[in-house]
Amino acid sequence: MQAVYPLTFAALLFCVGVYGVLARRNAVLVLMSVELMLSAVTINLVTFGQIAGDAVLTGQAFALFVLAIGAAEVGVGLGIILLLYRNRATVNIDDADLMKY
Amino acid sequence: MTLPDLLMLAVLVLGGASAVLVVVARNVVHAALYLVVALLAVAGTFLVIGAEFLAWTQVLIYVGAVVVLILFGLMLTRAPIGPIEADSDNRRLALATSVVLFVFLATMIFRAFGRTELPLSVTRTAALGEVLYVHWAFPFMSLGFFLTVALVGAIILARKEEGEGPEPQLDPEMATERPTPAPTDTSTTPGVTKPSEEITA
Repeated sequence: MQAVYPLTFAALLFCVGVYGVLARRNAVLVLMSVELMLSAVTINLVTFGQIAGDAVLTGQAFALFVLAIGAAEVGVGLGIILLLYRNRATVNIDDADLMKY
Repeated sequence: MTLPDLLMLAVLVLGGASAVLVVVARNVVHAALYLVVALLAVAGTFLVIGAEFLAWTQVLIYVGAVVVLILFGLMLTRAPIGPIEADSDNRRLALATSVVLFVFLATMIFRAFGRTELPLSVTRTAALGEVLYVHWAFPFMSLGFFLTVALVGAIILARKEEGEGPEPQLDPEMATERPTPAPTDTSTTPGVTKPSEEITA
C-alpha cells in the first residue's frame, strides 16, 4: 500500500480539527475538534513507525501515550468547561474573556 | 489496486466526510455522533496498517469512553439540543487557514512520500506488550501516574465549592446575558472576596 493514503487522511483530520477549533463557539465542540487533531497525530505516528520498522515499535508506543494523554485531556477539559458553565452560565468560548487584555 | 488500497480509500472517504460533518453540524448531539464514525475510521486505518492492539484500544478508549464523556458534557452544560447559533465571526478566516494548511501538507506529503511503499505487517499484541513492559516500562508507568493525577484534578476542578458562582439561568434569554451575581453574605465569611465582583470586573 502507498504511504500517502494514511498520511493524507491524517492531514485531512488535522486540518478539519484546526477549522473546528477556530470557527466553533461551543466549548464542547472545540474539545471534539481537538480530539480529531490528536487522532491525526496518532495515525502519523503509527504510519511512520511502520515505514521505519524499528525493533522496539516506537511509533505504536508513542501512539498509545498520545491516546492516554488524549483521554486525560478530555477529562480535565470537561471539568474546566463545567466550571465555566457554572460561573458564567455559558459554554460560548467568545464569552470566556476574563483574562483577555 | 489491491485490497488494502481499496479498504484504505473507503476509510479515508468515510472518515474524512464524517470529520467534516463534525465541525459543520448545526446540532451538537449530531456532531458527537459523527465523531464516533470519524474515530472508528481512525481505528480502521490502524487495522489496515496492521496495528491491531492500537485499533481496539482506539475503539475502547475513544468510541467507548471519550464520546460518552463528551455526551455527558453536552448534557450537563444543557447544550441546546436543536440547531445552535451561528459560528464565530472569524469563520472565513478559519476556513482559509485550514484549506491553506491542508494544501501545504498534501503537497509536502506527495512530494516526500509519493512513491514510498508502506510495509503491511501485522504487529502482534504479544510483541507490543513485550516491548511496552521491557523497553518502555518507565514511561508506561509514569503514564499511569499521570492519568491518576489528571483524573483527580478533573474531579477537584468540577466539584462545587461552597458559595461559588450563581446558579445557571434556565431562561434562554437570560442565559445569553451575563448571569446575575448571587448575593454573598460577606459578614459570615470575612476573608472571602465576592466572586461576583471578580466576574463583573
